[in-house]
Amino acid sequence: MTDRGAGRVASSVAHTPAAQRARVLASQVVLGVVVLALWQTLVSLKILDAFFVSRPSDILQRVGRWIVSGTLWGHLAVTLEESLLGLLAGAALGISLGFALARSAFLALVLDPYIKMLNAVPRVVLAPLFLLWFGLGIWSKVALAVTLVFFVMFFNTFQGVRDADRVLIDNVRMLGATERQLVRHVLVPSALTWIFSSLQTSLGFAMVGAVVGEYLGATRGLGYVISQAEGTFDTTGVFAGMTVLGIVVVMVSAAVTRLEKWLLRWKAVR
Amino acid sequence: MTTALELDRVSREFTSPGGAVYRAIDEISLSVPAGAFVAIVGPSGCGKSTLLNVVAGLLPPTSGAVRVGGAPLAGLNRHATYMFQQDALLPWKTVRDNVALGLTLGGAARADAQAKAEAWITRVGLAQFASHYPAQLSGGMRKRVAMAQNWILDRGIVLMDEPFSALDVHTRQRMETELLALWEARSADGGATPRKTIVFVTHDLEEAIALADDVVILSAGPAARVVAQHHVALPRPRDLLELRTQPSFVDLYRGVWAVLREEVIKSQRGSA
Repeated sequence: MTDRGAGRVASSVAHTPAAQRARVLASQVVLGVVVLALWQTLVSLKILDAFFVSRPSDILQRVGRWIVSGTLWGHLAVTLEESLLGLLAGAALGISLGFALARSAFLALVLDPYIKMLNAVPRVVLAPLFLLWFGLGIWSKVALAVTLVFFVMFFNTFQGVRDADRVLIDNVRMLGATERQLVRHVLVPSALTWIFSSLQTSLGFAMVGAVVGEYLGATRGLGYVISQAEGTFDTTGVFAGMTVLGIVVVMVSAAVTRLEKWLLRWKAVR
Repeated sequence: MTTALELDRVSREFTSPGGAVYRAIDEISLSVPAGAFVAIVGPSGCGKSTLLNVVAGLLPPTSGAVRVGGAPLAGLNRHATYMFQQDALLPWKTVRDNVALGLTLGGAARADAQAKAEAWITRVGLAQFASHYPAQLSGGMRKRVAMAQNWILDRGIVLMDEPFSALDVHTRQRMETELLALWEARSADGGATPRKTIVFVTHDLEEAIALADDVVILSAGPAARVVAQHHVALPRPRDLLELRTQPSFVDLYRGVWAVLREEVIKSQRGSA
């Protein structure tokens, strides 16, 4: 009996939000350090060959050198610029088309097979075409990012408008809303909750599009850095590029999470 | 007494995707005097909500006509507000913006609408919660916001579809009391404002008798019709806490229940 009581107290202490966060963070750090240490050790013991997998200390040194020499920032800025432009353009296109199709059942039926066909096209196949059309500069990468972001945004907007609560629609109509006011006060906010929730995915896709585009043909950007390193069998460079990309994604994603929390603050329960 | 609302042999059918026709309500005729509180009672699935949606103008009748203040209803009923059974507050708007919504939609100046909303929020006892979002409120509080959202528009007819059915017994009784107080209240300047006409749908006969002047009983669906109409001659203002045990209330309840009971049994047999 007393044991059970004590257990309950212990578990309730461990589950306070702050304690929970600290535990998760500690576990994350431990996991990362263990994996890196294992990797480093295996290479030092010559069980793994540094030529193929590099080693964590070299990778960190390389990243450090890029930062000190300043070469990193230019490439990073280009990749982020392409991602952001791709995200914005893809969102604008996806949201407008999603809205149009959700409001017009006829248009939705007509375009349905075409949208499915386009979405099934592997984007890597498009990259050479875009290089041909838009050149080696940023626009071919933006275009690739758009093809990825567009569909995420389109499907979420479509679903969000379609799924708008019937009762909410009836209620604002009874309260006197015109068709335009209905769109503004119910359909847009309802779709926005879906769109914001997909922001993480969209942003990830935008970066994937940009980096893949750079990888296949560019003169700047993180994808270009990785592809250059690969061309000279410089595995350390490849891993360093991936490391930078990973860290940037985690940072941007944390920012997006905060933005999302703020935008959807009305969802928070007491 | 003038007639606020008149239903003339109103029927409504629904066609399933398979082509089967389902008749929800069948030739319902009903006359609601201005300023009356009418409760519509029937077993679940008898088409009460369909009837209310037709009166609101959200559903056109398949046949028959609805007249509001003598004029045939075309499109949405602009003389009525509608309080839904489900939560119908916009979750992304604060209590203040939700209550002001009807006014802002109608083109009222924002400051003006907010001031009026503020007064109504105070009136329903939620002054400290004006900046909260619906998700931060209890079920009873949300119902109060919905009431303020509807009553702020000051339309002559108030439609209510089982508005309190999701609440626990005590909260529900408080909401019923507050509803009657709102309805019976005189205007702030002391002048006699005409009472609103309320059409209140419920499956709870006790609630219907306690609140209404007239109780209309619908038959079990499909093809629900009006089976009986009872006048509730209990004096006002009513004390809902005491009312339910008074002999006059109990007698009325027994009489009406005898009619409703038949329909409830039929509906249970139908669904079993």
